[in-house]
Amino acid sequence: MKITINGKGTAHDRTDITLAELLVINKVAAPHMVTVQLNGGFVAGDKYESIFIKDGDEVDFLYFMGGGR
Amino acid sequence: MTVIARQEIFNKMIAHSKVEAPIEATGYLAGIRTPEGIIALEAYPMVNIDASAEHFSFSPEEQFRVMKEARGKGLEMVAVYHSHPATPARLSEEDIRLAYDPDMVHVIISLKDDKVDIKAFNVRDSAVSEVKMEVKRHG
Repeated sequence: MKITINGKGTAHDRTDITLAELLVINKVAAPHMVTVQLNGGFVAGDKYESIFIKDGDEVDFLYFMGGGR
Repeated sequence: MTVIARQEIFNKMIAHSKVEAPIEATGYLAGIRTPEGIIALEAYPMVNIDASAEHFSFSPEEQFRVMKEARGKGLEMVAVYHSHPATPARLSEEDIRLAYDPDMVHVIISLKDDKVDIKAFNVRDSAVSEVKMEVKRHG
């Protein structure tokens, strides 16, 4: 299936990929520190394991940005 | 690694930092990655939702909006900047602890003692390395 991740087209042999697995595939070491949009809508962090990606989906993720002093 | 940007980009970060002081100013740099280094082509001032002189963070809504705006110009987020109104241009322990994105360069604009000092850093697995910044003079 074909998925667009952060604006870039990607192809995957598997069709049973969860959002959590997709983050791992994209080398996200701290999934709890990223915010995800699936087809333009925010996804709650506790849903990453239960949402399966479908062909044609658009997934965007961004890391939390913060710091100080 | 080197970050290359026009003087206007530096000026925009400095002006933003001075306007927001004593609150920490923050924003993204968007650009392209080349074999010669990272070329920062746009500075996007962001809202520091902490509104604090000691901390900053972004709202996800603004992050996605700006990321998609940059993407529409063919750019990607290459750096995040924030000011240290009263401390040096180095990464704090909190900056390092919260640096989750290994591909993001961290630019610090210090206004300590009314002097502007800008430095950039990479953070990978909590290891900090300074990144050279260059002003692109032509083109």
